[in-house]
Amino acid sequence: MKYAYFPGCSAHSTARDSHMSTLAVAHALDIEMVEPIGWSCCGATAAHQTGRVLAAALPAANLVLAQHMGMDMVATCAACYNRLKIANFEISHSPEMREHVSDAIGRDYDGSVRVIHFVELLIKDIGLKSIRSKLKKSLDNLKVACFYGCLLVRPHDVMQFDDPENPTSLDNLVNMMGGESLDWPHKVECCGGGLSLTRTDVVIRLTDSILAMAQESGAECIAVACPMCQSNLDMRQKDITKATGRKYNMPIIYTTQLLGLCLGLSPKELGLEKLIVPADKIIEVIEGK
Amino acid sequence: MTIRITKKSSRSGIVGNIEELSGVNLSTCYQCKKCSSGCPVGDLAGSPPSEIIRRLHLGADEELLESDIVWMCMSCETCSARCPMGIDIAAVMDALRALALKKGTPAPEGNVPLFNRALLTTVKLFGRTYDMGMIAAYKLGAHKFLQDTGKFPEMLKKKKIALILPRGSDKKTVRRIFRKTQVKRDSKP
Ligand code: SF4
Ligand code: SF4
Repeated sequence: MKYAYFPGCSAHSTARDSHMSTLAVAHALDIEMVEPIGWSCCGATAAHQTGRVLAAALPAANLVLAQHMGMDMVATCAACYNRLKIANFEISHSPEMREHVSDAIGRDYDGSVRVIHFVELLIKDIGLKSIRSKLKKSLDNLKVACFYGCLLVRPHDVMQFDDPENPTSLDNLVNMMGGESLDWPHKVECCGGGLSLTRTDVVIRLTDSILAMAQESGAECIAVACPMCQSNLDMRQKDITKATGRKYNMPIIYTTQLLGLCLGLSPKELGLEKLIVPADKIIEVIEGK
Repeated sequence: MTIRITKKSSRSGIVGNIEELSGVNLSTCYQCKKCSSGCPVGDLAGSPPSEIIRRLHLGADEELLESDIVWMCMSCETCSARCPMGIDIAAVMDALRALALKKGTPAPEGNVPLFNRALLTTVKLFGRTYDMGMIAAYKLGAHKFLQDTGKFPEMLKKKKIALILPRGSDKKTVRRIFRKTQVKRDSKP
């Protein structure tokens, strides 16, 4: 199977681990991922907060590349995924928006390229059964709190990813790998998103409450599918202790890293040493199996 | 919090403007406050989402654009997802930001508009974001230079932030997009 792969800007910077583990897992499952030549930034929250046409045109410039390749577009960052899908929605629902966007990007784009998140690709296009047959190791009842955040599931009429209040796709993946996904109430809370630098105080408050709930629920790690959620939850644990005195030592792992380990890939090629809160114990459990 | 707004004739203030920009009809809101209870910054902000809507009903003017929630809102969409009347409150927040930019409303705490400009400038220059440049530009402008500096050595060691400039993007198209969609301001912020 062949897909156009939109890595997103963070793939070469703060989310290299997401990028590495995605490509390693794809390779192990015979999924071909082709980066569109000349891809550019989706505009993220900054474009969304600046102008509607700008926010739709930046993703569209990339979607039109996938259209010319004749492939579906896969994203791994929930924020890119969200921006790409919303752009498609706006362009295909409004002839006026289509006109503005096509003018901005210099070619006509109709909003019809299929956009999927890598997790969605695994579940819908490959299938859990087929992945299970390739597993070499098991999560061995590891207690995992799956965190979806905002952008994968909302707005629901556009994203159609999963149930917006109680999604289960990441949980199904974790359970398929032999883990024990936890039923916990903070699956779709907000991690503070792009406010990490501007309103660090807000991010500390929000991540504190998510981490506290995960800890209380007995989680041994939190599984994520978004670089922004990963970095906010991973990087702010020491800051939370400084601000509140509450201590956490909660590894924040990409779902693709957990899957990679179960597929027998090495921690190094999955970028696991890049996590701020080390996942050594979890790696030992999985590798020891 | 007490809402201090003098009642003017109906439909005064910026409500019409916001409805037009967002495409949302605010008159069906019956103040159940479900939006505010699910809002991650509802209890931190001076006015939670339901109160913003009420203030719009009551004829709030441009002073509303200075409410802290306007730039604290992370577009998490929880409010829109839970409103029993199907009001897209997140789109209202987008409209408030658009109007604030247009009117050149003074910078809020944390100066999110400056951060957005810094990020978009790197996109304009390189076609993709460049974290180091964006962070430096923002921190210089916001006078926050010392915040988080302790994190850099660890991030560099783990190669968790790129030093080299992004390459390979179709910069010509990106610049065209910025040129064609330029946001015009009434006055400079
Ligand atoms: S949830 Fe909807 S109806 Fe209820 S207060 Fe908010 S906007 Fe109004
Ligand atoms: S979109 Fe904004 S206003 Fe609505 S719940 Fe999220 S943070 Fe609050």
